[in-house]
Amino acid sequence: MIKIRNVYRSFGDKEVLKGVNLTVNRGDTFLLIGRSGAGKTVLLKNIIGLLRPDSGSITIAGEDITQLSRSKLEKVRLQFGLVFQSSALFDFLTIEENVGFFLSQHTALKKAQIRKKVVETLALVGLKGIEDSYPYELSGGMKKRVAIARAIVYNPKIIIYDEPTTGIDPIAVDKIVALIEDLHTRLAITSIVVTHDLDVGLKLADRLAFLLGGKIIFQGDKTDLKNSTDERLKQFLTGSSGGPIKEMEV
Amino acid sequence: MFKGIRELFHYIGSMSFFIKDTINGLFASRKNFRSLGREIIFIGIDCFPLVSLVSFFIGMILAFQSAYQLKEFGSEIHLASLVALSLVRELGPVIGSLIVAARSGASITAGIGSMKISEQVDALEAFGVQPIGFLVVPKFVSLLLVMPILIIYADFLGIFGGYVIGSSKFGIPFGLYFRMTFDALAMKDVVSGLIKSVCFGSIIAFVSCYEGFRPFSSIDVSKSVTHSIVRTFLLIIMFDCILTALFYFTWV
Repeated sequence: MIKIRNVYRSFGDKEVLKGVNLTVNRGDTFLLIGRSGAGKTVLLKNIIGLLRPDSGSITIAGEDITQLSRSKLEKVRLQFGLVFQSSALFDFLTIEENVGFFLSQHTALKKAQIRKKVVETLALVGLKGIEDSYPYELSGGMKKRVAIARAIVYNPKIIIYDEPTTGIDPIAVDKIVALIEDLHTRLAITSIVVTHDLDVGLKLADRLAFLLGGKIIFQGDKTDLKNSTDERLKQFLTGSSGGPIKEMEV
Repeated sequence: MFKGIRELFHYIGSMSFFIKDTINGLFASRKNFRSLGREIIFIGIDCFPLVSLVSFFIGMILAFQSAYQLKEFGSEIHLASLVALSLVRELGPVIGSLIVAARSGASITAGIGSMKISEQVDALEAFGVQPIGFLVVPKFVSLLLVMPILIIYADFLGIFGGYVIGSSKFGIPFGLYFRMTFDALAMKDVVSGLIKSVCFGSIIAFVSCYEGFRPFSSIDVSKSVTHSIVRTFLLIIMFDCILTALFYFTWV
């Protein structure tokens, strides 16, 4: 479904991605882990085409998106649903308008039809009666769930979750994990999850990859993870400050 | 020195692409009419009280300053013509635009800037919507629509401010004051003021929106707002000089 080959990306003099290779299979829930500042979000933005790599290829369903024009890239992007780290709800729109944003922009559905679809999707993420509220009136957990609703309302083929459980309480985390699992089982969506919460990540993941020093240093399923002898991966998973990963190394 | 020149050329280059994308966005099939209505209210209608107050006082100040000189020649009666010409040709468009730049332009930069750092601009792109078409085009169109109306209104308020001084201090009757005003004004004076207002409105839209897309952090937002106001003010004054010279040499 997604093949990333030798992707490099720099910002000025700072090299963030230094030859990333990654494969995400159709229907998988794929976990991407790495230290803060390792470039996970940069990699996600490259996958969705919000950033372009300096070199390398990113193939989505057989099409190399790094070679596409802006208008063609926009069409490819419609296959994705993206849940941002900060939720990124449009603060000048109501929840109904936020969740129905894609439908109002890209379909000919009438307002009433969009509202019906929005109410159904909000119910799917366990929310009701907030359609006319604004994002600033919601808690962090509710915002995350609205962001998930906004990402799934148009049935995308791939959903990317960037830190879906960061900054929310444990009960809300549990609800979001159950929701992602449920969506995966019922809709068979390909998902990429970036999280620092390893319990959550490992619970969700079919396969995972570890990004360190701008490269993927581990890629495999949970059995491969158990059998891995890589000391850096072990140090990251145990959260130990002593080990081969230096303090400043990302 | 060389770094500064390089940055200036980079700024001009990227601003040119930004202007091109905005103009292309005008002809895009998807229109954000709801935003247009909201922007017209915010940029235009909400600006009227401030523009009214400032223009009225500017008219009064102009009348006082003109009266100083005209008194020397016993020609206070020409006060109306002087106030009208100064306002319609020059001060109305410039002062009105500076007010809109300071009030609405700063707010546009801060608004887009905070959307940028909270990933809302990325979210627009992720949902297949061009941020320039969605955010910039409605602001640009509303400034183009609102500025000429706002400037004509500012001119009237300024002229009325001049009349208050003319009638109370120099006893010029209402009818005579406004006859002197309209006798002095030619169509080219009004048209030049309107052309300036459209040009300044475009400067406010382009600079304030462009600066809004530059921040990467909350500190950058405040820097962008400062840059936006300073650059808009500078460009308005520079273009005012260029347009005034152009009208002088082509219409005299």
